[in-house]
Amino acid sequence: MAFLGLDITWDSTLRNVILGSMILGLTSGVLGSFAVLRRQSLIGDALAHAALPGICLMFMFTSTRSSELLLLGGALSGLLGTIVLIAITRWSLVKEETALGIVLSVFFGFGILLLTRIQHSGDAGQSGLDRFIFGQAATILPRDVAVMGIVATVAIGLVVMMFKEFKIITFDPAYAASIGMRPGLFGAVLAGLLVLAVMIGLQTVGVILMVSLLIAPAVAARQWTNSLSAMVILAGVFGMVAGVAGSVTSSLVDRLPTGPMIVIAASIIVIVSLLFAPNRGVLSTYRSRRLRAARFKAELALADHHGVSRS
Amino acid sequence: MSAPTIIMVTGALVGASCGLIGAFLVLRRLALMGDAISHSVLLGIVMVFAVTHSRSPLWMAIGAGAVGLLTVALVGWIQRTNLVKEDAAIGLVFPFLFAIGVFMISRFPTTVHIDVDAVLFGEIAYVPLYHLELFGRDLGVQAFWTLGTMLVIDLIFVAFLYKELKLSTFDAGFAAAIGMSPIVLHYMLMGAVSATTVVAFDAVGAVLVVAMLVVPAATAQLLTRRLPVVLVLSMTLGASSAVIGYYLARSINGSVAGAMATTLGLMFVFAYLFGPVQGMLAKLARRHRQRQDFLRELLISHVAAKPGGVSVESLDHDFGWAKSTTSRAIRDARSQNRLALDDNGMLTAQP
Repeated sequence: MAFLGLDITWDSTLRNVILGSMILGLTSGVLGSFAVLRRQSLIGDALAHAALPGICLMFMFTSTRSSELLLLGGALSGLLGTIVLIAITRWSLVKEETALGIVLSVFFGFGILLLTRIQHSGDAGQSGLDRFIFGQAATILPRDVAVMGIVATVAIGLVVMMFKEFKIITFDPAYAASIGMRPGLFGAVLAGLLVLAVMIGLQTVGVILMVSLLIAPAVAARQWTNSLSAMVILAGVFGMVAGVAGSVTSSLVDRLPTGPMIVIAASIIVIVSLLFAPNRGVLSTYRSRRLRAARFKAELALADHHGVSRS
Repeated sequence: MSAPTIIMVTGALVGASCGLIGAFLVLRRLALMGDAISHSVLLGIVMVFAVTHSRSPLWMAIGAGAVGLLTVALVGWIQRTNLVKEDAAIGLVFPFLFAIGVFMISRFPTTVHIDVDAVLFGEIAYVPLYHLELFGRDLGVQAFWTLGTMLVIDLIFVAFLYKELKLSTFDAGFAAAIGMSPIVLHYMLMGAVSATTVVAFDAVGAVLVVAMLVVPAATAQLLTRRLPVVLVLSMTLGASSAVIGYYLARSINGSVAGAMATTLGLMFVFAYLFGPVQGMLAKLARRHRQRQDFLRELLISHVAAKPGGVSVESLDHDFGWAKSTTSRAIRDARSQNRLALDDNGMLTAQP
């Protein structure tokens, strides 16, 4: 079957890969939009890194190889990372960006310590754990796709149901607080939703590069529209395109880790959007500035001419 | 020198250099720029390797330094278009450069001595194997030379530009007003971060450098607010994490770099909880004491306002405090000889 101009066999592995990366791109694009608009885009980075020790601990305690249990462990330690992040910024003089750096590097370092311990112990079942670091799309099973689908439905369903609230709190937290909403609670809800997106993404993109999928589609979508709903939908679409393009490439070529390919695809979409988007794009601003300068010059010349003829 | 000693000294040199430079990163609120640089430095290393097929430290430092500065410049450029906010700009640039780096590694033949594990947590265990040879003479462990040189360069950098760094860190506007150039200083600091990161790369890998840059500095700042003390403390904490981390790694048979990051995390938690002034316990104790003081003063002024004194029983009605709170406040006031209690249970203010 021809797909994206490539002649590839529509086998079940590839179908899982495509479905999984579409679900991932859609979810992270939608949720990332709010994180980017709230200027909290790097929280996703800390959450994703914080998932690694949870995955390793879950493996050490249960010796399971099933993705959903491992991801549950990852989600739990991701949530713990969020709590630590909030505790550090609230009750000490450490600034938010430093707290992010501390959480992501220490949790990740602890995860690496556990991962190397598991590897050195020669446990036969460990072979799959490092797939969560850079992602390995080929390891996605139909079961995993089903789990991803359920998680994504919950996350996106919540966004759709509370879209109005999300919108108000994102753009005007003070007003939202004045009509009885709780912006602080929303921050926690958003962090929880980002943990869900990270869960979906770990198998495909991995902990280190997950943040890119939360930021890049949203930033690209922002350039094309000023409407929140359009931006969210567009970010979902961009995420899906990047996910499919990256994971299909990595499935077709041997030894190519999935995460980096998806990130490169998403980054290309961002570069194109930043340069060529109408109205906001770099080229469009440059052209309109040139046009304005030329018009101003013409007006000047005209005024000059009139002035001369009148005297 | 035995292999464990070599590994510990290597880690300590990494911790000290990163601790020193990291202190300025954290103070200037650039912790995440350090994160970004340490990731994208990978691309520089891989590119230099692809071109020269050698792991010569000098070329690595130059290539990685260039990519580090490129990262800073790209983030700045994206921000200046006003299309993207700073946090998102950082989050766009470094994953992209890091992804290209990993992609290029995956294209190298598998025999090549640079792999994904080394990216994640370095290969400090192999450090004792590589010796620096010059004119056929063995000059000892190569990592000592590269890391030692880097530490000296960092020390010279900070010593010579101490005043400038301090001023532009705490009052950038004033620094610019008296003719310093914050931008040049910013890029010099970023260059130092990039070079330090790439030299530390072999020992701890790209991702865990962030722990060395950020955590000792943040821990030191929880313990003191004086800059020279912060610098010394940050270097000491970074260096000692190598020793503790080594034993931790050996006891549970895991990566030394991971154990170093874990140790630093524990140090931070310790300072967060037990720091002398800003620690959680110290803060709770202070709040408790302030509450006691306030209650005592309230009680004294209440009693002093009534010329005939106040009976202890009426206090329950007047204040509505718990019995233990009231008696505690009375005890405090009496121990300072500011209230007197007679046999009839009447409180009077002492002059």
